[in-house]
Amino acid sequence: MGTVSPAAEEIRAPSPAALLRRRIFGHYGLVFGITVLFIIILIALFAPLLAGHDPYSQDLLARMKPPFWMNGSDPDHILGTDHLGRDYLARLLYGARISLAIGFIAALISGLIGTAMGVAAGYFGGRVDLVVTFLINVRLAMPVVLVALAVVAILGGSLHVVVTVLGLLLWDRFAVVMRSSVLQVRDLEYVNAAKAIGCSTRRIILSEIMPNIVNNLIVVATLEMAHAILLEAALSFLGLGVQPPTPSWGLMISEGKQMMLFEPWLIAIPGIALFILVLAINLLGDGLRDVTAPENRG
Amino acid sequence: MTRTTTRPLLELAAITKTYQVKQGLFAKAKPLNALGGVSLCLHKKDVLGLVGESGCGKSTLAKILLGLEAPTAGKVLVDGKEIDPRERRHLARRLQPIFQDPYSSLNPRKSIEDIIALPLVVHDIGDSASRSQAVARMLDLVGLPARVRRGYPNQLSGGQRQRVAIARALIMKPEIVVCDEPTSALDVSVQAQILNLLGDLREELGLTYFFISHNLAVVEHLATRVAVMYLGQIVEEAAAAALFANPRHPYTKALLESVLTPDPCLSVPDTHLGASYPNPISPPSGCRFHPRCAQVRDICKTTPPPRIGNEGGHVDCHLYSGAAAH
Repeated sequence: MGTVSPAAEEIRAPSPAALLRRRIFGHYGLVFGITVLFIIILIALFAPLLAGHDPYSQDLLARMKPPFWMNGSDPDHILGTDHLGRDYLARLLYGARISLAIGFIAALISGLIGTAMGVAAGYFGGRVDLVVTFLINVRLAMPVVLVALAVVAILGGSLHVVVTVLGLLLWDRFAVVMRSSVLQVRDLEYVNAAKAIGCSTRRIILSEIMPNIVNNLIVVATLEMAHAILLEAALSFLGLGVQPPTPSWGLMISEGKQMMLFEPWLIAIPGIALFILVLAINLLGDGLRDVTAPENRG
Repeated sequence: MTRTTTRPLLELAAITKTYQVKQGLFAKAKPLNALGGVSLCLHKKDVLGLVGESGCGKSTLAKILLGLEAPTAGKVLVDGKEIDPRERRHLARRLQPIFQDPYSSLNPRKSIEDIIALPLVVHDIGDSASRSQAVARMLDLVGLPARVRRGYPNQLSGGQRQRVAIARALIMKPEIVVCDEPTSALDVSVQAQILNLLGDLREELGLTYFFISHNLAVVEHLATRVAVMYLGQIVEEAAAAALFANPRHPYTKALLESVLTPDPCLSVPDTHLGASYPNPISPPSGCRFHPRCAQVRDICKTTPPPRIGNEGGHVDCHLYSGAAAH
């Protein structure tokens, strides 16, 4: 063909993946969050190897041993023992499993519900949008802790009930964020181009729209995970979450509260663990938001 | 002037599109006539340029043509057969779009190869090896180096992106390409390259273009026929050479006069159009153009103008009807 001058300039700009990698490692909060969360996940996975004690086994002769930095500590129990003589380190390490499991699964359930609703509302608009917006408003009008308390009080507290209740209650932010993200993307011309090509609605949503809004989804998912972990701790503290003798950080705080004035480390240790985990997850979410936000403008 | 009597490849028959517009929370929805009975014919290898101001309904017409929106009334016929809006996939093989903004018409998360090959994947044409070959051929055809195929849209310039969009539109060998202002988002130097590319591809592949633009110079360069649109209606249609040599409708004249010249001694041209584009929710009575027309008469304010045909075109204006001529 009569070639017009070929637009032959070198590709200098890096690919989106390379750009993302560069931004991630330049963001210290994000690196810190990822590292700490990764360590906690490893601890949860390898808790039996690290703990050295059974978190359930009681030893009434060795009750209330203080942790290693206090006088009278027992080198066998680095973080001491609780009022039933259970090793506090073992309970702490096994408690990480409960917190992470509840965070992951609750965020997963609510993420599926909220994403489906939000994407449907944003993409189809009209009546679907009206219904979903109404459901979001109904959900926002319900106080999470009170509803969770009521349901757990009726069904009885167990890990499954707590996870399910939290998963069914925390989808609102997913729905709101996904709806507005889809609204931003759905009228862009590459979506129109896909329609003109003859793509099915499923393909348009899954391969044209979702990849461009999944960063928002990840950010909300991390924040909701932290939210779920804190709510589980709160419910367990109130005695309506995970039931004893399961090692849960909220339950450990609850059990330590009678002796708070004399043995403050009983609640300080699980409290600090909870704080570090939630901080790490929030830093991760914030960092992901910072790192992925400018991408669609590039 | 080759006005064949054969069946047109693409025909728009009295397309009407009405939107219901709500102004205010409790106000009743009012109809907005975006398109009021647009009829156009497009013959094989023609380039029909559609010109008009922003907001006159050009892009709405393109969306209806592409099946992205359904017309309120009227039909789109390809080869004399009516297009069923539900059969988008069939239409897609014959008619493909090139959009205005190459920055938003390519999915930023997909590689160039995936973007260009998407039509083949969706229509289940060929296997991955033959698709890859087809992509290589298209890249060559639109003048892009083969190495961009692994790249992403953010690595390309505006002109390169528009070339990718053209490659995607042409990979299924459509007969008709709907170009919705394909150069207006590009630099002037790149505009010329893209227009030349479109011209070359038309020669080479025997394409038919439905070319929407507000830039008359672009239309003059490429089009064989020109339709002028004002407020959702075609006010004049003629062969390109005839229209540019002898514009008949006062609006067409004003548009041609409004073209900016690079001569710094000349001031901004006065089109006598005034600044106000009428509100399409309550269009003017009679001839819709009369509030802005330099040659307005009494009859224009009350009676919609007749369609006055001449060889190969028509103009909707009282000036050329016998009754008002004197």
